[in-house]
Amino acid sequence: MPPPQPLLTEEGSGKRSIAMANGKTNGEKTVKIDYLTRVEGEGGVYVRSEGGELREVKINVFEPPRFFEAFLRGRYFQEVPDITARICGICPVAYQMSSVHALEAALKVTPPPEIRALRRLLYCAEWIESHALHIYMLNAPDFLGYESVIPLAADHPREVERALRLKKIGNRLLAILGGRSVHPVSVCVGGFYKTPRRKDLEVLIPDLRWALEASKETLAFVLGLSYPDYAPDYEFVSVSHPSEYPMNERRIVSSKGVDVEPEEFEHVCLEEHIAHSTALHSSRADSGSSYFVGPLARINLNLEKLMPQALAAARSCGVSWPCRNPYMGIIARAIELIHACEEALALIEDYREPAASRVEFKIHAGEGCAATEAPRGLLYHRYRINDQGLVEFARIVPPTAQNYHRMEDDLKAILPGVLDQSEAQIAQVCEKLIRTYDPCISCSTHFVKLHLDRR
Amino acid sequence: MPPDARPKLAVYKFSSCDGCQLGLLNLEDELLALVGEVEVAYFLEARSQILRGPYDVALVEGSITTAEDVERIQAVRQDSKLLVTIGACATSGGIQALRNWQDVKEFARAVYATPDYIHTLDQSTPISSHVPVDFEVPGCPINKMQLLEVITQLLVGRVPHVPMHTVCVECKRRGTVCVMVARGVPCLGPLTQTGCGAICPAYNRGCYGCFGPLPAANADSLCGQLLKDGMQRSDLVRLLRGFTGYADVFRSASDKWEKAA
Repeated sequence: MPPPQPLLTEEGSGKRSIAMANGKTNGEKTVKIDYLTRVEGEGGVYVRSEGGELREVKINVFEPPRFFEAFLRGRYFQEVPDITARICGICPVAYQMSSVHALEAALKVTPPPEIRALRRLLYCAEWIESHALHIYMLNAPDFLGYESVIPLAADHPREVERALRLKKIGNRLLAILGGRSVHPVSVCVGGFYKTPRRKDLEVLIPDLRWALEASKETLAFVLGLSYPDYAPDYEFVSVSHPSEYPMNERRIVSSKGVDVEPEEFEHVCLEEHIAHSTALHSSRADSGSSYFVGPLARINLNLEKLMPQALAAARSCGVSWPCRNPYMGIIARAIELIHACEEALALIEDYREPAASRVEFKIHAGEGCAATEAPRGLLYHRYRINDQGLVEFARIVPPTAQNYHRMEDDLKAILPGVLDQSEAQIAQVCEKLIRTYDPCISCSTHFVKLHLDRR
Repeated sequence: MPPDARPKLAVYKFSSCDGCQLGLLNLEDELLALVGEVEVAYFLEARSQILRGPYDVALVEGSITTAEDVERIQAVRQDSKLLVTIGACATSGGIQALRNWQDVKEFARAVYATPDYIHTLDQSTPISSHVPVDFEVPGCPINKMQLLEVITQLLVGRVPHVPMHTVCVECKRRGTVCVMVARGVPCLGPLTQTGCGAICPAYNRGCYGCFGPLPAANADSLCGQLLKDGMQRSDLVRLLRGFTGYADVFRSASDKWEKAA
């Protein structure tokens, strides 16, 4: 579908384009949000009601297709993490990591514990910058009644200064590990092109100690917000590890009993290509129902594996887990911010410089997959490579594509209660709900082979 | 309230990953000062408020890949006194320009079930293929300090400037041992514009050209040397066809060696 042009509003009105076709004789009402704002990438929402009844809700994604899975074919496996990073400028590490783990599965490579620890540190860094960005700059304005962080900064300077410093510390850690914070250059299949010296990491300890306290203040800040009363019966899905909070490995679990190796993921969750969207939408394979990925899913399914201070904060914050209120995703993000700072400190304190930055291995044909946890949820990759190490097949299932179906289900549940409100208010309800998922529309727009054979 | 006299800044996105506009939000130390000096009038990723144009400076991220975007960029140009492209997608078509060497319909048939839902152009092209561009900030991603400098220079009425020497020169300045001379690692540093800080050789790997080729770069010389050192032609073509592969120097070199192969 053609992307609608933004309808500009009068200067200073502080409101955005909301096109309406109201007052038809049959009582039909249409609310169209042309461009969702404060999300990464571009998408919109279409809501139609008749005679006071909700008829249709569609999240439109009109981010142009970029065909990553297509042009990855024929590329050398070692180029893949550099290329997949470019799917998303906000969470490039997650894309690098899922592809590295999937390719290492294909090549049967197992890096040593020191490399594994550094990868978790890289993950912590990305969670810190991405969560700080989302909590304060994208999501908090919804709860406090601001159109963006810019006026929020005028009234709440301490919060915004805290956000910026937190984000900066995450980005600085990324830059130490990867050369730069957006599209870092150090990650490769087998390990890293270069690993940091201990002293390079130690300089960040005072900042990370500050960040840990600032994360606790962040939690206190979000606990002071007021949350709509809404808690549907979600199926939460996340990565799970026997002893660690999920980041890089390995099994995939759900709140309704799924517990499988990543190789089973495509049997458990299906992607469908939907006409109104340039992204694919995922559903559970057996029931066709929607599911939920992201920080709330991770905490609900892995609470006990949080680092001690994060766990203590989660237990004492007054939220009862599992929590099914999607708006409280911002609370889950704040708890994960504590976790990421705490684990980053522990990893740096325990860091031993690896003898070699990467392991040697023989190139052979193979197929492998992996799921890791991007800041906004489970991210699955699968590759097949030939005996020259060239990619023959690539499949990428980003978190936002998995959440679209759930977001539409949420809107279908919430909107009937607000249909009598003004178009602007309805639009605000839609946007607030969608932003709680921290959607990354740039990521979700990609095209993969569709398997319609439902099992 | 008195009318706002601050210059108006707009940030537009086309086909891209959002990483370059994130450069603005990643200006953690300068962001609050910057939004004091300019009115951020249109920036969908960061704020809901949209102010009417014309804008003093428009930053454009992303490449043109759809018929709608061919029209939208014309409207952006009309609404903008100065149009600055940010990043490799806007400046040279981005990684998605790899389609330009392929049949997009084959891409579509091969990778998704319902190609009829999709409307896309055969080529991913830079903004300058469609409208006049006042300044280009290179990089995949851009260097946020270069972006800040360009904005600042434009606001004080100066012609902006970014360094126009190679990554190779930057390595010498950093004191990085040459990965190509010392270890035989293929590197695009001799052709590629600086701005990244020459990070790849400092991380023990060859430059992959994400800031794009300098216009006067001598690709023949480097490619000849790489082949002499034993690089396969297919590997050379792939190295040239990366994040800025559709930029003139890399494009013509990769076409030449693909044909030669």
